[in-house]
Amino acid sequence: MKDSIYRSHVLICTGTGCVSSGAKTLKESLEEELAANDLSGEIKIVETGCHGFCEKGPIMIVYPEGVFYCEVQAEDVEEIVEEHLLKGRTVERLLFKEPMTEEQIPSYQDIDFYKKQQRIALANCGKIDPEDINEYIALGGYEAAGKVLTEMEPQEVVDTIKDSGLRGRGGGGFPTGLKWQFAKNSESDKKYVICNADEGDPGAFMDRSILEGDPHRIIEGMLVGAYAIGADEGYVYVRAEYPLAIKRLEKAIEDAEEYGLLGEDIFSSGFDFKLHIKKGAGAFVCGEETALMNSIEGKRGMPTPRPPYPAVRGLWGKPTNINNVETYANIPYIINEGAENFSAIGTEGSSGTKVFALTGKINNTGLVEVPMGTTLREVIFEIGGGLGNGKKFKAVQTGGPSGGCLPEDYLDLPIDYDSLLDAGTMMGSGGMVVMDEDSCMVDVARFFLNFTQSESCGKCTPCREGTKRMLEILNRITDGEGKDGDIELLLELGEHIKSTSLCGLGQSAPNPVLSTIRYFRDEYEAHIHDSDCPAGVCTELASAYVIDEEACIGCGKCAKVCPVDAISGEIKNPFTIDPEVCIACGACEPECPVDAISQG
Amino acid sequence: MKSLAELKELRNKVQKEMKKRDQGTRAEIIVGMGTCGIAAGARDILKAVLAEVEKRDLDVRVTQTGCIGMCEKEPLIDVKLPGKERITYGNLSEADVQKIITEHVVNGNIVSDLVIARHKSE
Ligand SMILES: Cc1cc2nc3c(=O)[nH]c(=O)nc-3n(C[C@H](O)[C@H](O)[C@H](O)COP(=O)(O)O)c2cc1C
Ligand code: SF4
Ligand code: SF4
Ligand code: FES
Ligand code: FES
Repeated sequence: MKDSIYRSHVLICTGTGCVSSGAKTLKESLEEELAANDLSGEIKIVETGCHGFCEKGPIMIVYPEGVFYCEVQAEDVEEIVEEHLLKGRTVERLLFKEPMTEEQIPSYQDIDFYKKQQRIALANCGKIDPEDINEYIALGGYEAAGKVLTEMEPQEVVDTIKDSGLRGRGGGGFPTGLKWQFAKNSESDKKYVICNADEGDPGAFMDRSILEGDPHRIIEGMLVGAYAIGADEGYVYVRAEYPLAIKRLEKAIEDAEEYGLLGEDIFSSGFDFKLHIKKGAGAFVCGEETALMNSIEGKRGMPTPRPPYPAVRGLWGKPTNINNVETYANIPYIINEGAENFSAIGTEGSSGTKVFALTGKINNTGLVEVPMGTTLREVIFEIGGGLGNGKKFKAVQTGGPSGGCLPEDYLDLPIDYDSLLDAGTMMGSGGMVVMDEDSCMVDVARFFLNFTQSESCGKCTPCREGTKRMLEILNRITDGEGKDGDIELLLELGEHIKSTSLCGLGQSAPNPVLSTIRYFRDEYEAHIHDSDCPAGVCTELASAYVIDEEACIGCGKCAKVCPVDAISGEIKNPFTIDPEVCIACGACEPECPVDAISQG
Repeated sequence: MKSLAELKELRNKVQKEMKKRDQGTRAEIIVGMGTCGIAAGARDILKAVLAEVEKRDLDVRVTQTGCIGMCEKEPLIDVKLPGKERITYGNLSEADVQKIITEHVVNGNIVSDLVIARHKSE
């Protein structure tokens, strides 16, 4: 095998994030440069999936040293080849710098962002070439499936998953083993398994990254699930906006078929399994399981009432098990390492790890996988590197558009399904948005409600009309026209919508509003009673700027930058700002050479 | 795939290449690749090392280093066995490389007549 004389592997991340920052041209110029230096036979270029650090992309890792380079561009290639690949000298300027300490860190494992993570679902992401089935197998891939199909009874598999304590990672947190048991218990000549890769939460990309970075893991997880419940056919429902994930999954399915890991009589066990991909149109509500199955059947993607649950009557009326991408990604680990080792990770009620998409006003944005029970503070300050620009932490929003916001007092809350619910928010699929002192919580609530409101499928009145009413009230408050009783009305509407909507969208849509009222009621009151937006976000409310007549030297600089011509005066005489016209944008303030301008 | 054994067999076959990305401790051969090293033929030495490692199917890590201030002794390589001191060999020919690998890397015996420096384990 000629392959093995490579002395070095250069891994280039070609996940969606890094491709958009230039990974493809980077790879091409590296190929050319290696060829020019007669190194092509010694150094292997490997394309990988997402490392979760897309913000610092394109990412390159050079083995055997394991040096981690970030924000690498095609122009840097010559230096990398000359210095590192030929002479063995690290190119320091491309190393990652810790935001807090400015320290340069050469190796992957030592960066705070990765050091505190524990990777199970993301174990192979960024480590292997997702389009090469051999690399997955080299790391033990398909051994869990092999063991299950040839050595375990279906009930044993279900019991193992039950004992592991794994709960669904798609939002609801339902115990996976129990769900499999229901589907297994349903008598039928035909059953299905489905993988939900709709990933509708704005800003979320954990499922996409797993599919792009380690597609065989999902196939293997589904294979185990199908065997356990007695299904011989499966669907992965992926949103059409994920072309790379679809391409890699297609390749993975083809290769698995070729190796006889999908198809008939797998591992000579007599078990058959066929897997299809179904591309979704991308409506948020299509991620809801009943809507999703309607969509696969070619009907409109609208939720239908449960029961009957999919485990009893699912796809085409047949018993069906549906799980999220990340849920399936945990299955091979549980089979290989044992239920006990899995349940030893995390908290009592929530075992294992969870992947979060960390975004907002934070230094290190990206995908992080941590054991359940890790505190918000650890995720935000230790892994996330704290807030940018020295700003103060104000709130963290978890659970996607229908989750809630938690204030500073909750930073030491250990994250798990139950603790988040108790605090008025939820795990959701793992969105985590950090907000600083410049965020207005009323405006934040309005932003999320606006999203869910426009995604409501319109089937039930409380969700359709109720969220519209709530949004109108929020718009009024942020426009400075809030009234006494608005807060009470929001609370009443919110509770009503939660308890009477058919599906999870309506049942959770009021969460951002309810949780911000719970923790930041003073901000609502300031908007309503004092016509004040404390964060200065709601411009309709912000108070006008004023010029101190005594200090003003009449230079006229401020008047030039005012976008609404609110400032007037004669040169060498004090200028004035018309408070009726001023929109409080603050553009004039830094212009003044004598600091005569301030917000009134 | 007909059986779990078949899968494991395939795994053993494809695993070797992946070891390059494994950070675990193992024997390391470091080739001096500074400017004068390259001029003195370090590229051929590196190729000889790789060929020998491949031929004997050894589990070693091959890396490079820049100028170490001993240009007149180029080409040179360092051998570092886990837990042992790092040995620098100099003025090497391709035949020396084979000898060093057989004697030192495989059998653990330092080839004294080629040694130009020893470093206590870091
Ligand atoms: C409005 C709405 C959107 C949803 N979107 C998703 C989604 O994008 N991905 C997902 O896995 N689950 C989503 N779910 C949850 C699914 O209905 C279902 O509970 C989940 O796929 C089950 O898998 P799990 O048990 O592995 O979490 C959504 C639910 C609702 C109500
Ligand atoms: S709760 Fe909303 S999204 Fe869900 S079914 Fe009812 S109207 Fe549609
Ligand atoms: S920039 Fe300052 S000093 Fe100049 S006119 Fe405006 S307020 Fe007066
Ligand atoms: S796509 Fe490269 S790190 Fe995410
Ligand atoms: S360049 Fe090799 S020791 Fe100086």
